[in-house]
Amino acid sequence: MPADIYLNVAVSGILTGLIYGLSTLGLSVIFGVIRIVNFAHGEIMVVGMFVTLVLFRHLGIDPLLSIPIVAAALFGFGFVLQDWVVRRVAHLADHMQFLLMAAVAVILISVCLMLFGPDAQGAQVGYAYDSLSIGPLIVDKVRLYAGLAALVVAAALFAFFRYAATGKAIRACGDNYLGAQVVGLNVRRLFALTFGIGTACLGAAGAILLLLIDVHPYLGPPLTLLAFIIVIVGGMGSLPGAMLGGVLIGASEAIAGLLLQPSLKSAFSFGLLILVLLVRPQGLLGKATQ
Amino acid sequence: MTCKPHTVITRRTFSTGVTAAGLTAAAGPFNVLRAQGGALKVGVLLPRSGVQAGIGQDCQRGVEIAPGIFKDLGLPNLQIMNGDTESNPQIARAQAEKLINEGAQLLVGAFDSGQTTTIAQVAEQRGIPLVINIAAAPPITEQGYKFVFRNFPTAPMILGDAFANQKEIFAATGSAPKSAAFLHVNDTFGTAMQKGIGAVMPRFNMPYKIAETIAYDPRARDLSVEIAKAKATGADALLVVSRLNDAILLTRELVKQRWTPMAVLSMGPGWYEDQYLKTLGKLSDGPMSFVPWYDPNKKLSKQLEAVLAKAYPAINLNTNHIFTFEALLVAADAYKRAGSTDPKALADAIRKTNITDNVSIGPGIQFDAKGQNDKVKDAAIQNRDGKLVTLAPKAAANAKPDWPLKPYDKRG
Repeated sequence: MPADIYLNVAVSGILTGLIYGLSTLGLSVIFGVIRIVNFAHGEIMVVGMFVTLVLFRHLGIDPLLSIPIVAAALFGFGFVLQDWVVRRVAHLADHMQFLLMAAVAVILISVCLMLFGPDAQGAQVGYAYDSLSIGPLIVDKVRLYAGLAALVVAAALFAFFRYAATGKAIRACGDNYLGAQVVGLNVRRLFALTFGIGTACLGAAGAILLLLIDVHPYLGPPLTLLAFIIVIVGGMGSLPGAMLGGVLIGASEAIAGLLLQPSLKSAFSFGLLILVLLVRPQGLLGKATQ
Repeated sequence: MTCKPHTVITRRTFSTGVTAAGLTAAAGPFNVLRAQGGALKVGVLLPRSGVQAGIGQDCQRGVEIAPGIFKDLGLPNLQIMNGDTESNPQIARAQAEKLINEGAQLLVGAFDSGQTTTIAQVAEQRGIPLVINIAAAPPITEQGYKFVFRNFPTAPMILGDAFANQKEIFAATGSAPKSAAFLHVNDTFGTAMQKGIGAVMPRFNMPYKIAETIAYDPRARDLSVEIAKAKATGADALLVVSRLNDAILLTRELVKQRWTPMAVLSMGPGWYEDQYLKTLGKLSDGPMSFVPWYDPNKKLSKQLEAVLAKAYPAINLNTNHIFTFEALLVAADAYKRAGSTDPKALADAIRKTNITDNVSIGPGIQFDAKGQNDKVKDAAIQNRDGKLVTLAPKAAANAKPDWPLKPYDKRG
């Protein structure tokens, strides 16, 4: 097999992994602060993809340009969902919270099915089939733009949590819930903001993902599963871990598909998951708990 | 608190009530008679949701255009009971049980071999005839079932006809690939086809060799590695067994990775479907599909085309419509001859089916001792400007092959 094919496949896998990583940031942010495992993760991203599709079809807005609009729309959805619904079950047992989010997922699938039908639909942008040649390397333009957009959104999120006062306050809530209350932080509002930021990440990831894959209502569950694999590999609650896990899964799936059989790609991800759970259960960049 | 006035029953009210009751009682026996001689209850099981939802709903079009044509053919009405397999064999089994419990007297379905296998087990256990519309895995009609009938070619039949039709095309164009990369889905159908190719191809002395066989998950969201691997083999042609979504993904990757093989030879669904043509526009032109198809020269085919065009103007007649329609045709024809909804009588009638005025290629619909129509033939079709033309066999052809595949980067 020619050597350049490994390079092509590795680059493609890393770019895909960046998008996987961005989508997983949403899950990690919500779990890291609110300690809710969002089982509607994939379905919320699918909603983001459909919103992007509507903006593209009816207003001609390129999916990359629609990132802020979709993120804002899903921020609102997440804020309201946390403040009106999730907050009210926060005191219940974990399995009740899981069921609540699973119920949200089922409702979202049904609504998408009702509004958009079961067929896969995509956004055909002008550059959909373009690719760049750099020596023997052929890079798919859509994947390149999507990967770069994912990096920009992730960098903005990291900067927010590191430098913005609200970001620091949210981190404080995640680190010490009681302490945050004692110092007078409005925890209820900050939790709603956090959930909103998490779903905004999903909206941004959905807008970017629409460039790569067609959307249909049943796309949610595999996306949720993928996010769980990535977040466990990278470290639950760790933002850099989510990005690292995404890139690792994206690149290793691609290389495994090339070296072994493409149908073993998913098996390889799950193999990696088992390995991480056995060797480093807190994930690559996660903190060990007592 | 207010008191409701007493209701007074007048002579007129009483007479009206008695008359109504009398009419209802008198009409009762007629209702019973109508039920006994009424429409045959046919449970149509299709993947209406899940990963194959688009195809399942396409098959449903074959159900919806049937009643008007049956009326013209003098066939009895069917009462359709819809079931959704959710693209899942275990749900297909449960739905088959449910439809039978709700009174289905005959089952039709279910597009996918895995789902059809579980439905066939239920049909056989419960003694309810199953007429398979689409499913190619050979074992379904190799189990000695008495209530299972298939008017669709098995994987080896599809492959045998595909290779024969390919040779006819190579001869007509005076050109043939020397090697092919073989990409296939790893579901029941794809695996059966892959095994079949290994078994059948040597018998046909094909001009090309399989350079590499690449299996992939039909639910895959990204097929860039698969195409990169196929391209790296340096093969002249691409041989594929795929579904709809993955056919679209594979085509996109061919374009992005700048690879136009001499030909894309498909031995399954996906590449000729309307959604494929609509989604890819000019990029959809050129692939050849070797599939169970209709004879465009048959009388009933023309009628079916016209009815479909009226009901769904943007949809081309395809395998999904044809074989779902023909499965119902078998059911209606058997019901007419059996004159009964008794499952055993229906199964006996189906076994004696001899429909020559049909749509699919071949002499007509008959079943052998295993319940298989072993005379149904495949065609080679090609996508051309958003339409589908038939290239082979000669008897059913209506166009000449466009060969080789036009480069993807020169299509405007």
